Amino acid sequence: MYSARRFATRHSRAYEAFYDFVEPIILFVIGGLSKLSGGRLDKPMTWVEAKTKGALFDCQMCGNCVLSSTGMTCPMNCPKTIRNGPCGGVRANGNCEVKPEMRCVWVDAWDGASRMRKGNQIHEIQFATNKAHLGTSAWLRLLEERQQAAEQESKQ
Amino acid sequence: MNDMLHHPFVDNPGSPLPEIEGHISHGRFERVLRAGHFAVTTEIAPPDSADAEEVYARAELFDGAVDAINATDGSGANCHMSSVAVCALLSHIGYSPILQISCRDKNRIAIQGDILGAAAMGVCNVLALTGDDVSAGDHAEAKPVFDLDSISLLTTIKTMRDESRFMSGRHLDVAPKLFAGSSINPFVPPVESRVLQLKKKIDAGAQFIQSQYCFDMPVLKDMMKRAVDMGLAEKAFILPGVGTLASAKTANWLRTHVPGVHIPDAIIKRLEGAEKQKAEGQKICVELMQEVKEIEGVSGVHVMAYRQEEFVAEMVKESGVLEGRVPWAPEN
Repeated sequence: MYSARRFATRHSRAYEAFYDFVEPIILFVIGGLSKLSGGRLDKPMTWVEAKTKGALFDCQMCGNCVLSSTGMTCPMNCPKTIRNGPCGGVRANGNCEVKPEMRCVWVDAWDGASRMRKGNQIHEIQFATNKAHLGTSAWLRLLEERQQAAEQESKQ
Repeated sequence: MNDMLHHPFVDNPGSPLPEIEGHISHGRFERVLRAGHFAVTTEIAPPDSADAEEVYARAELFDGAVDAINATDGSGANCHMSSVAVCALLSHIGYSPILQISCRDKNRIAIQGDILGAAAMGVCNVLALTGDDVSAGDHAEAKPVFDLDSISLLTTIKTMRDESRFMSGRHLDVAPKLFAGSSINPFVPPVESRVLQLKKKIDAGAQFIQSQYCFDMPVLKDMMKRAVDMGLAEKAFILPGVGTLASAKTANWLRTHVPGVHIPDAIIKRLEGAEKQKAEGQKICVELMQEVKEIEGVSGVHVMAYRQEEFVAEMVKESGVLEGRVPWAPEN
């Protein structure tokens, strides 16, 4: 929802603090459920992620979530799906070149990032999304990456 | 120094120039910049035609006045001859074109193929752009691709060139030696973050930067000052863009209809007050070139004269920014 996602940008610092708090809980719960069900609950869990992030951020389920690096603004709402915006076409009033009635996603992203503790992450270069991840859970992927990293570390 | 820029050709003007240590490409544009000259670039409008002669005729207008020619890639989302083809044709007769690649029409498979193909045909310079949306052009019903964005495209070019591999990891037998650039628009929101966006592009691999139309000199100077303070002007060659406006009416239309074009009221008023608006527009362009040259950290100027291409050489000459230097052109 447009108003909800604008709200998230304006309160990016609070969202950031809240997410930092709940991330370990989310990963613990979905990790446990996935393990217990042998992966059978992955689909419903992805559905829950889509609904939650959809309501809060207009999440498009690209499966390559970067909300913490983009001022709590989902870049996939940019009509050009730019991952390192803004483009040069932003209107003088800060609205989108393609959708004149919509605030430029990246004007919001820089604004949101300026309020965040780890707002500097917006300076990091993001490569284009892996389109094969479209519609899949970013949380499950994050969990998997963390587990792999932990395994690597324990091997060393 | 001039010998290096006017190297006598062994076979034909289209043959690659000998390698110079510390240079990325075999091209003349990079040589001019690295030699410390104030460079002038312009834009060629690719024809709505399958005739190579039209490309040559359009390039010839700039002879002796510019160091490199940007071939636009479906500018304004309108369909024209492809930029790869225009650049190949121009490279073949010795020109130094800049291949513009927009992310709107091609995915990463097509783009990487074009990068290899263009380099194989002698293209030495590439400009990474995200591109206008399809809704801006004559094929609004087309599918917008935007698989990459300009910064991902810079990363791609850099990876292919420096690591000799595709983004998939697959090895390249010969890497494309391309001098890579991108664009910047200092005038649209968020104005205060634009210099950070410039830094991000340079970090991603941009070695030169050409900007959108600059009619608002105080804003440009402010951004350039910040860029110099951040050390960005040493890391990349920055060429602000200037343009010529045919009339006050055109200027008004441009700023209301073309995304990202910012023209201050003072410019419009000056055009309105002029007896010959077209001549006044060219006078403004000449003055802007001269003003740009004086800005610290600037390496050249990019002249955009859509539908006034025949006046570019004259305006460059009048501005005196080349200080008597005559850029290479084919011998006719």
